[in-house]
Amino acid sequence: MSETTEDQNVRVEAICDQMITMEGPLLPILHEVQEEFGHIPEGALQTIAKKLNLSRAEVHGVASFYHDFREEKAGKHIIKICRAEACQAMGADALSDQVRRHLRVDWSQTTADRKITLEPVFCLGLCACAPAAMVDGKVVGRVTSDRMNRILNEVGA
Amino acid sequence: MTIKVYVPLDSGAVALGADDVATAIATKAAKSGADIKIVRNGSFGMYWLEPMVEVETPRGRVAYGPVSTDDIDALFDADFLTGGDHKLYLGRTSDIPFLKSQSRLTFQRCGIIDPLSLDDYRAHDGLSGLENALEMSAADIVKAVTDSGLRGRGGAGFPTGIKWNTVREADGDQKYIVCNADEGDSGTFADRMIMEGEPFVLIEGMIIAGLATGATKGYVYTRSEYPDAIRIMTEAIKVARSAGVLGTNILGSGKTFDMEVRMGAGAYVCGEETSLLNSMEGKRGVVRAKPPLPALKGFLGRPTVVNNVISLCSVPVILEKGPEYYRDFGMGRSRGTIPIQIAGNVKHGGLYEIGFGMTLGEIVEQIGGGTASGRPIKAVQVGGPLGAYFPRELFDTPFDYEEFAKRDGLIGHAGVVVFDDTVDMMKQARFAMEFCAIESCGKCTPCRIGSIRGTEVVDKLERGEDPELQIDLLRDLCETMKFGSLCALGGFTPYPVMSAITHFPDDFKPRALDIAAE
Repeated sequence: MSETTEDQNVRVEAICDQMITMEGPLLPILHEVQEEFGHIPEGALQTIAKKLNLSRAEVHGVASFYHDFREEKAGKHIIKICRAEACQAMGADALSDQVRRHLRVDWSQTTADRKITLEPVFCLGLCACAPAAMVDGKVVGRVTSDRMNRILNEVGA
Repeated sequence: MTIKVYVPLDSGAVALGADDVATAIATKAAKSGADIKIVRNGSFGMYWLEPMVEVETPRGRVAYGPVSTDDIDALFDADFLTGGDHKLYLGRTSDIPFLKSQSRLTFQRCGIIDPLSLDDYRAHDGLSGLENALEMSAADIVKAVTDSGLRGRGGAGFPTGIKWNTVREADGDQKYIVCNADEGDSGTFADRMIMEGEPFVLIEGMIIAGLATGATKGYVYTRSEYPDAIRIMTEAIKVARSAGVLGTNILGSGKTFDMEVRMGAGAYVCGEETSLLNSMEGKRGVVRAKPPLPALKGFLGRPTVVNNVISLCSVPVILEKGPEYYRDFGMGRSRGTIPIQIAGNVKHGGLYEIGFGMTLGEIVEQIGGGTASGRPIKAVQVGGPLGAYFPRELFDTPFDYEEFAKRDGLIGHAGVVVFDDTVDMMKQARFAMEFCAIESCGKCTPCRIGSIRGTEVVDKLERGEDPELQIDLLRDLCETMKFGSLCALGGFTPYPVMSAITHFPDDFKPRALDIAAE
């Protein structure tokens, strides 16, 4: 990585400064840091802790509690497949198996070429057009096996 | 004359290609020189017809659907811009039976208006409830809501007016209205739909809640899984602020209320109100013990109303038309209307708002039209991942808080998920335990450990290890979780598990033995 720790600190501090006046600023800060870096860099925890007058352990505790925050960068593309009941009723399990086999990864893993991260999601609110998925932030409904193959093709899997 | 063409921006419609359809219509219109204006409206909630395109004609809005980009040329050839006939033609939108037979109070404008046009909202009687509330005392607003019989639509069913009154009477120089938009239950999408399709009604409801309780600041806590709802809600708040609906001089009254959107981070348990408050404060989303009630010590230790999106969105119509109007819908102690979300393996999936009292069978068979697969319905899960599985034998249960409780179920946030006869109920019971294990906040032992043990017991049952003992263990474990957990996550996980065992015993016979017997 070309970026120095110092550069990273400056960027994290700038995010904190921008949000520190919010009531309960930690989650918004963590979201913004992840948006900026693609994950929550190890060093950012200490910087945020100092800014918010918390211990590093407290910030780590919060960041690790929530499924959204990553310790490592995700692959170039992120495929989320809904695993919840309404999608199960429409064949989400078979769809997930298909994708896991194709990508040779399990849930929350990234392919060896770092191209694709597969994540489970429990409900996208698309329960009347199940099974549902989210590809790089875009929602897709009624995902048939063929449709999923086209998606995998598009992201170069 | 410019012709208005409506293509929903609702993420359900977008997931089925609405953005591409809108682009294709615009491109084709530009080429053919047709003078059109595309309005991106909310969805009416008829998802089997999405993307549903509407055209404004002299005889009213007419609909076509489900439209794909491949249909655009044919639609233009059929002169759809003047309401021409085509195989996707559905007639006047308001005459579509699924829509016509509803009692839309909360969702009255969803799908009809441009979600971000405050003028549109006003033209359809939006803000009338707020205008009335501004003329009333706080106590009178609370009384109207209490008299309407409105109960918390998040699932707990607690009377909204009583909660508001507690906050109104609480001491505090700063009080808050927190909207729980952390709609994590599978099978539910009413919050998402209304935030995307009619965000101003939530803003209006929250302002009224503020006036009733003395709260001047509001938050909408919603899910990171709902990026479109977040974007539209945030934009609507900006529009409302610049129009003087929010701010320090609400509609020129001199009264103050402002609000913002907060995004969760993928934790289901944050839909529980005390976890939600911890999360908003920047803590781990761990459940708090009650008391103290959030109404007295909520966000940052201050008096806080925590209400579900649909509860708050039902307030404007109550203030506009009076508590009696709202109360006259419904049955028993379940007053008003409920937006039922019909999902899963169902032919006509979508949102159906109606007074309480319709039976489960009517909902899934008549309104929902049976399964999408065409196979018989085996089970219906009502109320999300913590709701019970109902067999056909209980299809006569009326949709009502108390009637569902009598049959060891709950209506929750009114999500109804249909399964056909291929579903394996032992697998569903295991999933309920697995989901609880994944999402448990870890605060209390019955939920944190019980759910893990639950999956292990189901695994043993599946392997045929001492099946009778495993069923007994599972029952015992469910009892412990039900009575020993701090919140509904651990406390209600027994509903899907026990209902599956009780109503579908055949699915719990050991598989290994079946194979051995063959």
